Amino acid sequence: MSGTLLEVRGLRTVFHLADGAWAAVDGVDLEVARGEVLGLVGESGSGKTVTGFSIVGLVDPPGEVIAGEVRFAGEDLRRASGERLRQLRGDRIAMIFQDPLMTLNPVLTIGEQMAEAVLEHGGGDEAAALAMAAEALGRVGISSAAARLSQYPHEFSGGMRQRVAIATALLNKPDLIIADEPTTALDVTIQGQILFEMQKLARETGAALIWITHDLTVVAELADRVAVMYAGRIVEAGSVVDVLDGPRHPYTRGLLDSVPDEARRGERLPQIDGMAPRLDTRPAGCAFAPRCQRASKRCRAEDPPETVEAGRRFRCHHPLARGDAR
Amino acid sequence: MATYALQRLIQSVFVLLAASIVVFLAVYGIGDPVEILVPPQASALERAELVRRLGLDLPLWKQYLVFVWNALHGDLGRSFVHGVPAIELILSRLPATFELVLLAMAIAVGLGIPVGLAAGLDTESRLSRVIMGGTVLGYSLPNFWKGMMLILVFAVLLGWLPTSGRGATVDILGLETSLLTVDGLRHLILPALNLAIPNMALMIRLVAAGTAEAKAQDYVKYARAKGVRPRRIVFRHILRNILIPVVTVVGIEFGSLIAFSTITETVFAWPGMGKLLIDSIYQLDRPLVVAYIMLATSLFVSVNLLVDLLYAALDPRVRLAGEPA
Amino acid sequence: MSAAPVRAGDDTPLRLRVLRRLRRQPTAKGALVVLAAIVAFALVGPFLVPQNPYDLTAINVMDNRLPPGSKGMAGFTFWLGTDAQGRDLLSAILYGLRTSLFVGLAATAGALAVGVTVGLTAAQFGGRVDALLMRVVDFILGFPSILVALVLLASIGRGVDKVILAIVVVQWANYARLMRAAALVERRKEYIEAAVNQGLPTAYIMRAHLLPNSIGSVLVVATVSIAGAITLEATLSFLGVGVPVTEPSLGLLIANGFEFLLSGEYWISLFPGLALLALILSINVVGERLRRSFDSHRQ
Repeated sequence: MSGTLLEVRGLRTVFHLADGAWAAVDGVDLEVARGEVLGLVGESGSGKTVTGFSIVGLVDPPGEVIAGEVRFAGEDLRRASGERLRQLRGDRIAMIFQDPLMTLNPVLTIGEQMAEAVLEHGGGDEAAALAMAAEALGRVGISSAAARLSQYPHEFSGGMRQRVAIATALLNKPDLIIADEPTTALDVTIQGQILFEMQKLARETGAALIWITHDLTVVAELADRVAVMYAGRIVEAGSVVDVLDGPRHPYTRGLLDSVPDEARRGERLPQIDGMAPRLDTRPAGCAFAPRCQRASKRCRAEDPPETVEAGRRFRCHHPLARGDAR
Repeated sequence: MATYALQRLIQSVFVLLAASIVVFLAVYGIGDPVEILVPPQASALERAELVRRLGLDLPLWKQYLVFVWNALHGDLGRSFVHGVPAIELILSRLPATFELVLLAMAIAVGLGIPVGLAAGLDTESRLSRVIMGGTVLGYSLPNFWKGMMLILVFAVLLGWLPTSGRGATVDILGLETSLLTVDGLRHLILPALNLAIPNMALMIRLVAAGTAEAKAQDYVKYARAKGVRPRRIVFRHILRNILIPVVTVVGIEFGSLIAFSTITETVFAWPGMGKLLIDSIYQLDRPLVVAYIMLATSLFVSVNLLVDLLYAALDPRVRLAGEPA
Repeated sequence: MSAAPVRAGDDTPLRLRVLRRLRRQPTAKGALVVLAAIVAFALVGPFLVPQNPYDLTAINVMDNRLPPGSKGMAGFTFWLGTDAQGRDLLSAILYGLRTSLFVGLAATAGALAVGVTVGLTAAQFGGRVDALLMRVVDFILGFPSILVALVLLASIGRGVDKVILAIVVVQWANYARLMRAAALVERRKEYIEAAVNQGLPTAYIMRAHLLPNSIGSVLVVATVSIAGAITLEATLSFLGVGVPVTEPSLGLLIANGFEFLLSGEYWISLFPGLALLALILSINVVGERLRRSFDSHRQ
């Protein structure tokens, strides 16, 4: 399909633990079109971060990607060599991690760490790379960029470090950026700023964006399409408007309901009972059944297949009716 | 950086002072200083003269001041056996010990870092397990026996290298060194190797642990996500991080090497400071022992100071914070 | 990020879990076996061998420097040869191992006693007491152990008890530092606070609560340090400042054999050295595994 930048089919990633292999990503399908923003939503433990790493081949032992196709601009990344993947990473596909403190090497300067993103992909000489880095820092709103380049990570605040990460990701004008909860570790006030900047920059450069988060409000603001993950599977996916206005899966509904809302001020804030299943305790049948109020015997016994309907997908035996909007 | 350096300098001076007090008390306070510092064969007249010069008839605190005064003027007593000022004697043996220690350190670091890197990059591999097993052997072998076995194998059985002693020396800037002659090197190899092995084992373990830890850090994963080549990740990102603890250890171990050289020098009949110490202990040449302690302490303190300053230079977090991490 | 599953509470005490894990490692098992064998030989051996090499009437100088396997004047075989005084090396090694084990254990116990007390005190009382004690500890730790021991023995003379004292002086500081660190962590825990609130006397809290719960990591280090103590004794004896010549010591045996090395009479130094190496190596391997099991279980 033209316009489709990334197509993931049947992705399966397991972790080899002492007592067996447990699937963190259990048959995931995703698509991202060029220039589109996809929000990948889920609680912690849902497998969303592992999905991100699996796409670029950065799953380390004891994890292993054991099945699926990851087509990026027509090329199957799972069949690519280590060197080919390396070439793509940081150049065509960039990543932004969650904790900016841990992701920058404390003993090397910011300038060096930014420049290497350019230099390692054959981008000319050091001076040119540093100039690009300075310019990129300016674009994300860091002043006195040139002086900043010779500073070290611990001299930057959390918000600034994340801006550095964003600037670095954009250096080689990638086609796809995978951002893994980039604002979670930051102050609420900074979050908004970063979000805004990311959105602007993504639109400006035409890069597609996969935004991994547990926060639906972010998705609502930022994304074109959304995929909701639960226990390693996509339980619902579609355009943001469709899914958020009229969710078909009870989990999505639950997530939406637990977001504080002006209209229901004063009412008790609904929460989804229970907790997401841990890696080793996934129940048979639908993974969400233990927490679902609509669950029936069938749900507990049988894994719901995927239903595709008018550009949307969901997995549920008893989906919410259409028009069941708030 | 300047404040940090000053802080450390002052601390070092205090340590030296403390050491001098301890030594002073051990010699002048406990036991009979006259016994210790006056040669047994001295006549009554010489004894009286020495007592006066060393101030042994003064109150204790005044004696301490005399002691420090003399020390600062380079007078740490006179050897009974050799009859020359202790300091002169020790300093004349210093180059021999130094070249041994330097070569040993070079071997330990030069081989230790690459081997440790190899072991740490894939801790599950066969190579890594063999290397780590080797290090346990390396630090379990008793130093003196290991030296003897080296002599047995390489000098007696194989006949490749000389059994003991120092080789031909060359005079550079007033210092004699055997590092620059083939004969000198032939004599240096076995004792340097002997001295190096336990340190190398330590270095390998340190580097391996550091590498394994660094490899698991997020910044390595992030570098991979940026598409940095594996080569650069190892030699720039990881190495730079482990160099810091390595440098610290090298500095600390320097003092340890000088100490352990006493054993190696004894086994290989190497004419260094260590052998001098052992000989003086046998011969009850006490002023020499006292002088050695003071000199050794000054050496350790200086080395520690240098290491701390180097550490600050390497780790930007320390430098900017102004105090040790 | 999906996390590895946390095992549901396993109630087996840490001690047992560590030992169980240890039993599963083949190298550690092997080392443990070797160690047990050595200890057994050292304890029992002297009763079984035909000659007490340290009884001057039992040895015959005509037997000296005989290669392994030769027969002696009294009729029995010297399986490992004899030394310059005609001592049966096999017997001498067994006696020497006894000394090594005795000194190693006694010195470690002594250093532990002193170090743990100092560390516990520093942690409990904090403030100036802590600062002072730790200054002393740092001072001692700044010097290489061999030098401290050498100089000490040079002034107080030779003897098994003196060697033990010297090793204690050298080793206690490390234990003090470790104990203090562990106790400081333990002190913050709630059960200590509860005990203090109940008005229990400080000494009692230190002894009955703080001590048993912080000493784990220190003991693990102590296991390996026994090897260090043994090596130190052998080295000091080799250098002639340790155990006196009339007492058995592997270091002395090796020293005696040194001069004959060049003429190819290797056995006098080789076999005692191998015995010493076997002892030290097995302790180190077991201690190392113990430490690793302990560390991973503590997390």
